[in-house]
Amino acid sequence: MTDALTAESLTKRYGRRTALSDCNLSVPAGHVVGLVGPNGAGKSTLLQLACGLLEPTAGRLEVLGVRPVSGSPRVGFVAQDTPVYPGMTVAEHLRLGAHVNPSWDAGFAERRIAQVGLDPTQKAGKLSGGQRAQLALTVAAAKRPDLLLLDEPLAALDPLARRAFLQGLMELTAEGGVSVVMSSHLVADLERVCDHVIVLAASRVRVAGEVDELIGSHHRLTGPRREPDELGHGWAVVEQSHTDAQSTLMVRSTAPIDDPTWKVARVDLEDVVLAYMSESAPHWVLEGQR
Amino acid sequence: MIEFVLEARSGVAPYMQIIQQVRYAMRLGVLKEGDKLPPVKEVVAKIAINPNTVSKAYRELEYEGLVAARAGLGTFVTRTLGADSLPQYEPLRKNLERWMAEAVEAGLDDESIEALVISTLRSFSEARG
Repeated sequence: MTDALTAESLTKRYGRRTALSDCNLSVPAGHVVGLVGPNGAGKSTLLQLACGLLEPTAGRLEVLGVRPVSGSPRVGFVAQDTPVYPGMTVAEHLRLGAHVNPSWDAGFAERRIAQVGLDPTQKAGKLSGGQRAQLALTVAAAKRPDLLLLDEPLAALDPLARRAFLQGLMELTAEGGVSVVMSSHLVADLERVCDHVIVLAASRVRVAGEVDELIGSHHRLTGPRREPDELGHGWAVVEQSHTDAQSTLMVRSTAPIDDPTWKVARVDLEDVVLAYMSESAPHWVLEGQR
Repeated sequence: MIEFVLEARSGVAPYMQIIQQVRYAMRLGVLKEGDKLPPVKEVVAKIAINPNTVSKAYRELEYEGLVAARAGLGTFVTRTLGADSLPQYEPLRKNLERWMAEAVEAGLDDESIEALVISTLRSFSEARG
């Protein structure tokens, strides 16, 4: 199957500022991918490259097996802050969508508007944040794209609207075919809905992979203090902190930790993501782990 | 039909939570042979969870021989676990109650009892392999 997203040495610079540096990624289609990282890590840049709004400075990016082209019917994009036209009604948004998208599924769009409880005669400027997000998602999804790119779709939503949005999004993916890449700060929400995750920090891919595999292969170890160079055979140390008496590590290992002097605890997705985002994560772990 | 609930910070992977909830419902007799599991699309629309996660859980249950997928119809329970074994639990439950009374007598609070039960069960099942 063609990858949803493939990047090789992908680099994007704005003048002297580097937004993305030497990124390698291979994201299979048919998944919901969470893109996480601190502000300024390059998340929006990656999404805008993927929908063809930006051109790479160096390296290669393929989306659904081809070089991204702006306005492709196969890719739906919802930019940050869920842009809608405030002066236009909900129904007018759908008419515009039908007009500019040859692949528009009018039946789907109307069903979905009714299902999420939007009034077609309502002006978009009068909608709540949650309703605006649902409208923007409907317009992007009614193109019937193979890939949906969502930039911080949950950021401005209250918890109730967030849940409603994710329910709708998961229903779309369950109907089949569509892959999703969404950026978000809300790792707890991502753990429910994403089966893949990409962690970006300081313009680089820190780690990327299947959520269950990442959670299963990372462990938190606590034990008597060791020197950093005594650590690990067959592990990669992602994060470490030491006191006089004790060492605490996050390690990546597919083999079980059988040294009984370590107390081994399970981690969740947020633990893994934060460990890779933190500054102390050494570079050698990060390179080449895809 | 049953409904799934997802505990966000339980430390148990979402697909495993679904598997556990199906097994639990079968053991309690809430799900019997021939009952249908909720369709994937319904589950994801309800609890906002990745459809692949639900499919993965159902595949795992199928592999365990507890359910079977019928093309175009859905996933159905193929065994009855709970109902007939429930009466046999009763004497065991009585034993456990007696033990708990002793634990309270010995000054343990609920949290200590729970911790003791869980850690004993864990080392017991590890010892059995």
